[in-house]
Amino acid sequence: MSTPLRVGAPTGWRGWLLDPAPASRNQARLGRWYRAWLAFHRNGLAMTGLVIVAALVLAAIFAPLLADRELAFHQVLEDRLQDFSWLHPFGTDELGRDIYARVVFGSRITLTIVGLVSIIVLPVGLGIGLPAGYFGGWIDSVLMRITDIFLAFPRLVLALAFAAALGPGIENAVIAISLTAWPPYARLARAETMTRRHAEFIEAAQLQGASSFRILLTQIVPLCLPSVIIRLTLDMAGIILTAAGLGFLGLGAQPPLPEWGAMVSTGRAVLLDQWWVATIPGTAIFIVSLGFNLLGDGLRDLSEARSG
Amino acid sequence: MTEAPLLSVRNLRVVYPGDDGDFRAVRNVSFTLGRERLGIVGESGSGKSTTGRAIMGLIASPGRVEADHLQLGDTDLSTITEAGFRKLRGKRIAMVLQDPKFSLDPVMSVGKQIAETHRYHFRSSRKAARQAALEMLAAVHIRDPERVYDQYPHQVSGGMGQRIMIAMMLIAGPDILIADEPTSALDVSVQQQVLTIMDEMVKSRGMGLILISHNLHLVSSFCDRVLVMYAGQIVEVCDAGKLHEAQHPYTRGLLAALPELGHRRAELPQLQRDPAWLIDLPAAVGTAA
Amino acid sequence: MTAPRGWVRQIAGLIRRIAGLLGSVSLTFLGLTCVTFVIGRVIPIDPVIAIVGEKATRSTYERVFKELNLDRPIPEQYWIYLKKILHGEFGTSLMTAHPVLSDLLRVFPATLELSVSALIVGVCFGIPLGVVAATHKGRWPDQIVRFGSLLGYSMPVFWLGLVGLLIFYAKLGWVEGPGRMDVSFDDIVPTVTGMITVDSLLAGEDEVFWNAMSHLVLPASILGYLSLAYVARMTRSFMLSQLRQEYVLATLAKGLSPFRVVWIHALGNVWVQLVTVIALTFGSLLEGAVLTETVFAWPGLGLYMKNSLFAADLNAVIGGTMLIGVVYIVLNMLSDVIYPLVDPRARTRK
Repeated sequence: MSTPLRVGAPTGWRGWLLDPAPASRNQARLGRWYRAWLAFHRNGLAMTGLVIVAALVLAAIFAPLLADRELAFHQVLEDRLQDFSWLHPFGTDELGRDIYARVVFGSRITLTIVGLVSIIVLPVGLGIGLPAGYFGGWIDSVLMRITDIFLAFPRLVLALAFAAALGPGIENAVIAISLTAWPPYARLARAETMTRRHAEFIEAAQLQGASSFRILLTQIVPLCLPSVIIRLTLDMAGIILTAAGLGFLGLGAQPPLPEWGAMVSTGRAVLLDQWWVATIPGTAIFIVSLGFNLLGDGLRDLSEARSG
Repeated sequence: MTEAPLLSVRNLRVVYPGDDGDFRAVRNVSFTLGRERLGIVGESGSGKSTTGRAIMGLIASPGRVEADHLQLGDTDLSTITEAGFRKLRGKRIAMVLQDPKFSLDPVMSVGKQIAETHRYHFRSSRKAARQAALEMLAAVHIRDPERVYDQYPHQVSGGMGQRIMIAMMLIAGPDILIADEPTSALDVSVQQQVLTIMDEMVKSRGMGLILISHNLHLVSSFCDRVLVMYAGQIVEVCDAGKLHEAQHPYTRGLLAALPELGHRRAELPQLQRDPAWLIDLPAAVGTAA
Repeated sequence: MTAPRGWVRQIAGLIRRIAGLLGSVSLTFLGLTCVTFVIGRVIPIDPVIAIVGEKATRSTYERVFKELNLDRPIPEQYWIYLKKILHGEFGTSLMTAHPVLSDLLRVFPATLELSVSALIVGVCFGIPLGVVAATHKGRWPDQIVRFGSLLGYSMPVFWLGLVGLLIFYAKLGWVEGPGRMDVSFDDIVPTVTGMITVDSLLAGEDEVFWNAMSHLVLPASILGYLSLAYVARMTRSFMLSQLRQEYVLATLAKGLSPFRVVWIHALGNVWVQLVTVIALTFGSLLEGAVLTETVFAWPGLGLYMKNSLFAADLNAVIGGTMLIGVVYIVLNMLSDVIYPLVDPRARTRK
């Protein structure tokens, strides 16, 4: 709708979506999503990130269709360290396995690690941050002091020490990464909770006799989630890099699993003669973590634009 | 007024492009300023501050400033380059902002910040600039300039901060001062003091003052002439003393909503807005008075 | 308020701040020892076997079991552990048969040399790039810096190191390869600081210095790029929030050039926040050093820890973790101490 203050306003369904005075709640909600999508869409980098992350997920789901499982795991020693060819688009490794197929199947490991870490980190972070922010006082002091201690550690080194004590393997790498990744979420959840603790709708719920647990779960968690999810998207890249770093050091997934970091590590031996063995899986790590970073960045810009 | 105006503005527009069309924050604004005290009143969002910033050339992109005519003394502001504009700011036209807590650089001593203006416009030596800054501090009635010179903004009170701000803005001797809500962040007890000092400085230097405020009382008692802005345009111009004769229903509504000492009223009337006030007015309205 | 009284109050404030700082530092340190204790003594299925091996006799096993105080309750074990750590006893490394502490002191200077060089690269390029990005928000310089720092965020450092070696060492031959210097230069300069570039300059051995520099430049640039990415990104976002402040408008209204407004006024305020960022960056550089040192065969803390990991040398791993944790704590403390130097608001109270 054009007012004397606005000229050249859009019409038709766009006009309906972008109407500054929506007539119904649904129109307002759809309009908000549409505006967000417009802003996101205009951000080329964020779109690139979305495409990369979508490609990773699709590759992991349809890995058997995209590459031959046999080529990824079966050792053909007479075919070892081959250059690029039609049969082996990215050549073969020191055991004659197809690098392309291994990279495709490796996406499943990467996605598994990322998924497991998020499943552990979110409840732990929220479980510590929400009560700290909601109850305040000594509960807050104790919980936050614990969080600070974990924050005071360098992540990879702590994960390294954990992995060393627990022994190598994907599960232990996931536990090690999770143990070092939760503190920022606790902090974030606490901050979000504190700003809403005295909101009127919370007080209304308290007056109606809702338990603290219920209020946290039904009122505060949904409000915290957007910022926590954005943070998680941004963190994904770091998680992938830490996992790959552990793999590279030999503390993550064990052979013959096609974990990208471990693949880089084995390729090191032949770096100067067969450069692709180490660099192709490394490129995969790089592209995927870039994708998550771009996506997270775009989402954060969006949330900042909406709140600011 | 026979002498040439210090500032003349014809059909000033400030436009912000957006998803849902261009937003016209300021439109059809025309007025002239002589060696006088001109008030601009309006509610928040009426475009009064934006008008001040547009004259200073301080509208950040993507905002655009357009005008049929924008003249500062003998300089045409609409054709000038950014570098040219920079020489005018502080030297010919300066601005005092609302809250000294935020408008002074927190990590530089206040004296340095005043001296900086002097150094930049006169290419003066460190020593000369310091001397000028100390004199300026004394001129705004600061008792111990030497001590205050080395203090940081968080160490001075609001009223003192605003006087420092005035000193910083006037040290290069501008012809026009735009004061954007200069007292609304201050304690009531020091508001009058700051206004008096500002008035004193403006009078003794023969400057023109534009006082931007939401406070109708303040503007009408302090200024010579008042522009009333609503939704980005000037809806009315009156002499400050004749404000009660105002014609526009918005101005009348504002006046009616003010409490008065003599008349006790159980309830102040609420301002009723008429969508007709949004319609574009002829650009000449500001120069009509 | 007269001047001397002001001084007294400042000093009193300083003492109070230091006391608070020491309190929080010692608490964090306690936490650190707790975590390393748990990693070293509680998590491993059997710490004795880790030391004596699977084939040890029963009597050896029991002797070590007693030596490790594993027969005592866990709180007491922790107390003993804490006392040892405070005396600088991290146990003996299985791999080198030296006390872990002396091993750590021997390898740490190499890591320090690498990470300080990287930090210099990161700060000297990261801050200006972040400022330029902020002042050109949304335009091409901003896009380039943002994208460039995102690349840095996204790159696995070990992969970047390998690619760097491949291009600049193997293909172009611009720099020297892995290691801190050529083997022929070993043991020429006496160890003073443990940092070869510094020691060779002290000894006046130009040739050694340039050789060491040539070995240092690639790993330092690669690590430096990662810290640059972080520093530039944080500088950009701090700068953007400063540029929205009223004082920026006021400073422009005085007629100052945007250059001065940005680089003196806004950046002056950004420094306050950057101090903490730089401290954090340095911490993350130590972390990146573990991987970089592995790639570049750089005989520092990272390589030492990595080798210890595979020798199942838990004492050495925990000692290394402890050292890095302590450096973290010291860095945080330093940033708290430096803070008032750049922020007058922290220096003086009204």
